[in-house]
Amino acid sequence: MKLVEESFLTDDFLRQLISVGEVDILVSLPTHNNAKTIGAIVQTIQSGILNWFPRERAVIINADGGSRDGTPELVRGVSIDDARPASNLYALRTLHSISTKYASSPASGVALRTILAAAELLRAKACVVMSPESANIEPEWISKLLRPIYDDGFDLVTPTYRRHKFEGLLITNLLYPMTRALYGLRIREAYSPEFGFSGRLGSQFLGQNVWNDGTDGAGVELRFTLAAIAGRYRICQSFLGEKDRIERRAADLVPAVRQIVGTLFSALESDFPVWSTVAGSQPPPTTGADHEVLLEPLRVNRKRLREMFSTGVAELESVFQSILSPSTLTELQSIARLGEEEFHYPAELWVRTVYEFAASYRKSVISRDHIVQALAPLFRGRVFTFLTENRNASADEVENNVEALCLEFERLKPYLLQLWKSGE
Amino acid sequence: MREMIISELSQALHEVARGFAHFLPRLIVMLILAFGGWVIAYVVKAVLRSILRLIKFDKLSENAGASQLLTNAALPSATEMLSRFVFWVAWLGFILLGVSVLGIPGLQEQVARFFLFLPRLFVALLILFFGLLAASFFSRAALLAAVNANVPSPRVLSLALRTLIIVFVLSIVFEELGLAEQTTLVAFGIAFGALMLGLAIAFGMGGRDLARRFLEKRFVRGKKEENEDELSPL
Repeated sequence: MKLVEESFLTDDFLRQLISVGEVDILVSLPTHNNAKTIGAIVQTIQSGILNWFPRERAVIINADGGSRDGTPELVRGVSIDDARPASNLYALRTLHSISTKYASSPASGVALRTILAAAELLRAKACVVMSPESANIEPEWISKLLRPIYDDGFDLVTPTYRRHKFEGLLITNLLYPMTRALYGLRIREAYSPEFGFSGRLGSQFLGQNVWNDGTDGAGVELRFTLAAIAGRYRICQSFLGEKDRIERRAADLVPAVRQIVGTLFSALESDFPVWSTVAGSQPPPTTGADHEVLLEPLRVNRKRLREMFSTGVAELESVFQSILSPSTLTELQSIARLGEEEFHYPAELWVRTVYEFAASYRKSVISRDHIVQALAPLFRGRVFTFLTENRNASADEVENNVEALCLEFERLKPYLLQLWKSGE
Repeated sequence: MREMIISELSQALHEVARGFAHFLPRLIVMLILAFGGWVIAYVVKAVLRSILRLIKFDKLSENAGASQLLTNAALPSATEMLSRFVFWVAWLGFILLGVSVLGIPGLQEQVARFFLFLPRLFVALLILFFGLLAASFFSRAALLAAVNANVPSPRVLSLALRTLIIVFVLSIVFEELGLAEQTTLVAFGIAFGALMLGLAIAFGMGGRDLARRFLEKRFVRGKKEENEDELSPL
């Protein structure tokens, strides 16, 4: 047991962990003011444990970031009896529900660190992190995220979802293709609020020097996945069902870009020995569908996206001069002048843009946070083109377009390597 | 009479010779100090230039926006400028030290004042450099935030912030150098007040339509767009 991990856990939480003892299954819920949804989610989790793991020693751990709506009390107050009528099953072991307040404000990094430290203390074999906002959560999700670890010896289970074709565009246009091209593994949801992991992987990540970077651990879930890939751990995907759209509706683009792109670019620096030697990509073992696409009509203000792209290219010229190559900037400026009908941000140019941003991030040509923020207006232009290309596309056509983008990222990987090495 | 003149002349010549003999070693010391100072200053300049290149000082200066100012003024790079500045300050220091050895009344006081002024000059330069760095950082942050929030005229906002910070920094630098403190204070007060008044008038009068459009765009269109689906990036 490492003293350093113990030291940041509160005495009260340590006492609760000691009273729980060793466990086989650990289900964690990082929360912050989730009183509206948390009760139903805990019941679903309990039902999942009763159904799929009745003989295992299990614990539900709530890591709370200073809720003021009584979320931790609700987690502790949900009785196992509430879940029984639905499952008609009985747990053969005591199912503990414990809670700790890790800070007075939410910080995903501290929450995950708390969970990992608790998992290590309890010697949990299989752990899962669940989102406290998932309105679509089913008891089966517990099994889908834990079984591959508990029974088949996998170390990380990432989810796949049924999504609308225009949802998660930062993932389909940047995170998935770039992670796939660089790390060589086709993980659809490298950044997800739900994932399962082995105690072994949790302990290894806990010991990594990623906790004191001053970012409150934004995007730490992505760092966790990338660390698992870089560490050659056994990874698989599990199809959960429909991704809850309400959960992310309020998400703003700039914080999302800062979390995802900032974390990815930062990881590239430390993982260079890993990704620089990888060629091509392989799909991980997947239970259920690799992905599913919903096609229902969606009204989107495309005009505003294009306007914000054009404004961004014009206004941020001085910033882009530090980040992009002259040829890329010239091409961006020429497409920024195009009208709505002719506007097209080609995949090849988008990939070059992202790779040049990654290389500039590594070289710190200006403040790294500023580099990441400067990508947001350009991403809007890419989104405009993606929406236009796939407006009337079928699920297969959307998938073909995403695949083509992924292959472009893979094809231009030598360009990134060249940029990277030129900065050494 | 003739003897007296010869005696006075020889005495005068003797005194000149004695004075010169007395002054010559000091002059030699001064010349040695000036030459030795030049050698030391040159070595310091070379070492400093290497260190600055090693720590990529030009990059830092570029980020601070100082490089752009230097290029516009057709001046050499920041590394070269700083190295040359240190060289001249060091050499001038040695020359003044040599001059003080000459023992010329009045000059010694000026030399002492120069040496007392040096630390303030360094502090002022440091304040100027970090001030420019801060101005560049915060103006870029404001520009990015304004562009991403779709605020009208982001470059004007960014430039206004940059100007404000630079004016503020310059006022501190002048105060540190002790140059026309009262004038600087008054000038700063007037400039700052004028800027604020100008902004108030611009927003209140000239920007009336802009403000109306901005508010309409912000609130009226917001209501209209409520019917449109939002795209989640994640």
